[in-house]
Amino acid sequence: MKVGIPSEIFPNELRVAATPKTVKRLQKQGFEVYIQHNAGVKANFSDKDFEEAGAKIVATAADIYGNSDIVLKVKEPSMEEVDMMREGLVMLSYLWPAQNQPLLQKLADKKVNAVAMDAIPRISRAQKMDVLSSMANIAGYRAVIEGSFYFGRFLNGQITAAGKVEPAKVLVIGAGVAGLAAIGAANSLGAIVRAFDTRKEVAEQIESMGAQFLTVEIEEDGATSSGYSKEMSKEFIEAEMKLFLEQAKEVDIVITTAQIPGRPAPKLWMDYHVAAMKPGSVIVDLAASTGGNCGLTRNGEVYTTDNGVTMVGKLNQLPSQASQLYGNNLCHLLDDMGKADKWKIDMEDAVVSRAMVTYNGKINWPPAPLPVSPTAGGAKKIVPPTAEEVKISDAEKSKKETISMFIRLAVVGALLLFVGKFAPPEFIQHFTVFILAVFVGWQLISNVSHSLHTPLMAVTNAISGIIVIGGLLQTTNDFSNPMTILAFIAILVASINIVGGFVVTHRMLNMFKK
Amino acid sequence: MAIGIQTAAYLFASILFILSLGSLSSQESAKRGVFYGIIGMAIAILATVLGEGVAGQVYIIIAIAIASVIGLLLARKVEMTSMPQLVAILHSFVGLAAVLVGFGSYLDPKTQLTIEIDPVNGLTHAEHMIHLVEVFIGIFIGAITFTGSIIAWGKLEGKVRSKALMYPGRHAVNIVLLIACIVLGVLFAQQEGNGGLLYLGIMTAIACFIGVMLVMAIGGGDMPVVVSMLNSYSGWAASAAGFMLGNDLLIVTGALVGSSGAILSIHMCHAMNRSFFSVILGGFGTPAAKGEAKAMEGEVTSLNHEEVAALLKEAKSVVIVPGYGMAVAKAQYPIFKMVQVLRKAGKNVRFAIHPVAGRLPGHMNVLLAEANVPYDIVLEMDEINDDMPNTDVVMVIGANDVVNPSAQDDPASSIYGMPVIEAWKAEKVIIMKRSMSAGYSGEDNPLFYKPNSEMLYGDAKDSVEKILGFLKA
Repeated sequence: MKVGIPSEIFPNELRVAATPKTVKRLQKQGFEVYIQHNAGVKANFSDKDFEEAGAKIVATAADIYGNSDIVLKVKEPSMEEVDMMREGLVMLSYLWPAQNQPLLQKLADKKVNAVAMDAIPRISRAQKMDVLSSMANIAGYRAVIEGSFYFGRFLNGQITAAGKVEPAKVLVIGAGVAGLAAIGAANSLGAIVRAFDTRKEVAEQIESMGAQFLTVEIEEDGATSSGYSKEMSKEFIEAEMKLFLEQAKEVDIVITTAQIPGRPAPKLWMDYHVAAMKPGSVIVDLAASTGGNCGLTRNGEVYTTDNGVTMVGKLNQLPSQASQLYGNNLCHLLDDMGKADKWKIDMEDAVVSRAMVTYNGKINWPPAPLPVSPTAGGAKKIVPPTAEEVKISDAEKSKKETISMFIRLAVVGALLLFVGKFAPPEFIQHFTVFILAVFVGWQLISNVSHSLHTPLMAVTNAISGIIVIGGLLQTTNDFSNPMTILAFIAILVASINIVGGFVVTHRMLNMFKK
Repeated sequence: MAIGIQTAAYLFASILFILSLGSLSSQESAKRGVFYGIIGMAIAILATVLGEGVAGQVYIIIAIAIASVIGLLLARKVEMTSMPQLVAILHSFVGLAAVLVGFGSYLDPKTQLTIEIDPVNGLTHAEHMIHLVEVFIGIFIGAITFTGSIIAWGKLEGKVRSKALMYPGRHAVNIVLLIACIVLGVLFAQQEGNGGLLYLGIMTAIACFIGVMLVMAIGGGDMPVVVSMLNSYSGWAASAAGFMLGNDLLIVTGALVGSSGAILSIHMCHAMNRSFFSVILGGFGTPAAKGEAKAMEGEVTSLNHEEVAALLKEAKSVVIVPGYGMAVAKAQYPIFKMVQVLRKAGKNVRFAIHPVAGRLPGHMNVLLAEANVPYDIVLEMDEINDDMPNTDVVMVIGANDVVNPSAQDDPASSIYGMPVIEAWKAEKVIIMKRSMSAGYSGEDNPLFYKPNSEMLYGDAKDSVEKILGFLKA
């Protein structure tokens, strides 16, 4: 089967749908790989790199679209590109099906089977194909880097000979993949990071990445079964806006990451929030391409507002790394669809059936809902016992333990009395020694380090060879006496134990080195 | 030698044995411990041989000489991976010796009912009866230890099928056999002179059979418990011998060993979250089934050696979780080479040892020590679990159940509640395994399905060597 990779025609798109590494991987999956001339140039991959990886270079896009079985692309195709596609072609790319109805119709008319990589459902099995996550990760990192570039100050606090530098404060709105990546990056640069999300369940993730979780005093959870957040009530939004206003006065860099698939980005950072910010602050809006979380954001532009706040509406995509991750996502999907030899478009499959937005000339959008979330079914609430309850139960426990200990001691005492009454004194003497030795052994062994348990067994083995004494006492001068033969064998085996046990223990202990 | 001096020597030997075991509380003092033990043993043997009433010194010397050669050869030759086998077979020797000493003691004319003949030193009825009971119990324990250890050895050596042998009604059979032994004991005690020898012989045969069945019913992964349990038995057998011979040194030493083995067994059982009795009675998984098992979510993904090496190069903190698979593959040597390369690169590399990893308590520690791994980077489960979230890469080498998250979150799992190494909390988990098969407990391992875990299939030694190649490249 032939896999083709065309050049991206959109001028700001620097990525390419395959890299030399993924080309190798595709070949391993059994595909022949064709790539358009100079497709990878903007992502720093030359034709030579691709050729060395085993791909064949093709001159025009028309060759790719006309001859391939599968086309891998990054951006959604233009109408002209769709015109070049042959019937039955399988095309994998971003499509944003909710916004691009005419494009879907056209793809369906051309009987192209289009897979929208942005429509891969967010279930754990499909995580490795989830381009939104892999790209968001890059975006979140880059948002911090570019934000700090425009901010033009240290992010970490320092105390230098020349004076003290306060750490920068970064606010991340939305703790999805991009938000968490941004938190991690900002935190490792030394900034004080705060993060806001309507979903309570992400609080732990936010804190684990090193940020403070901001929240409003209204009980409402924004989590939905789709893994995205829902829109919140009016009271909640009011409280949220108030919180943001307080934060706006303090923070230096704001990174907004809130996006709702298929809809314009929610407006979270209002004009009056921007107005309240200090001059020199930066807002990085990762939702710029879908309208921005801030009303003042201009998509693809960086500019400074009248009060000196830098608005960042475009980000460098880190094209070569992004291409690599995107290419991996595509490979995983092709893996899932059976590779070259068992290739199958399985419309029963949960992933394929949802991402395949046009199939056999029909539009297959929107898909049936598939509820999935990290904590499905609602976490069980465990009520921790109060201190008092703990005290009471502890007291009860110790009382019970005392009683049962008394009973046990009474039984033991009675048994000992019984033994003492009937057994001869000599036995009692031995018995005393025995019981005390058991206690000594118990105390001794409890102190033995776990890592020395094997030497312990070997040495106890050697010591239990002490039974040799039994044999020694029973030997007679007459070897025909069965007792002597028994004793001889007993001495033999017990001595093997003694010698073998000690030698092997010594050997083992010599191996333990610091 | 006067009785008083002999007793003093015995007391001194006991003290040395106690010190010997006590020294094992740390690696530094442990080596001293062995010498305490050796001196104690030498004193005990000398004091006995030089004592009154010992004859046949020639035979004694011959037996000890032959045994020393065999013992030295065994101990020198044994590989650390085969330690469990050696320990098991040595237990069987103690068991055998206990049986022989028991028979010898029964045949000994000094232990007959002699009050009528010698009213001063002769045994009274009660003393005689007690002696007979001691002989009976001593032989019983010794025989069980003997055959049980041989089966354990066979299982560890791979000569006996390591799967638990179960047949319906085996508990009933065991109880019947036990009752038969008690009946035989009563009959035995009523015989005069050496007349009870037949009953003693039959009982020994039954006890041997019980020993076989007891260990046959226990699966390969429970071996740490079995071996330490047999260790305990061998101690009790020695103690019983001490009672029948009226020898305090034997009693003390046997009790020390017996309680040591018992502690180890309980410790192992605790580490597997199983009751001692459920292990002893055999069979895994029978008490489980408290509802439907959790379905596995997600998908198993795998990496190749080069990708694993790349991950390790990136990592700052690496934890290696070895299991029995490492021992089988003898992978500890290349693993240490790999650890050296990683540590030279400034990475924090540590080992996490689960108490029941391997086939003997502390088995992994010995194997790693054999490969020269410094013991201060070999940590116990409890020491390292808190660090897991800050760990970049966890390499699970030939372990399975000890890293199974079901133990914490799936009440339906048969290992629910068992303390485990929380490998899944690390950034990335690499599981080196031959195949996708389940671990000893037969539980599927959800760890393999987690998005942050990757499989690396193949023989552990081979894989580590390949990774090492890529790391050096």
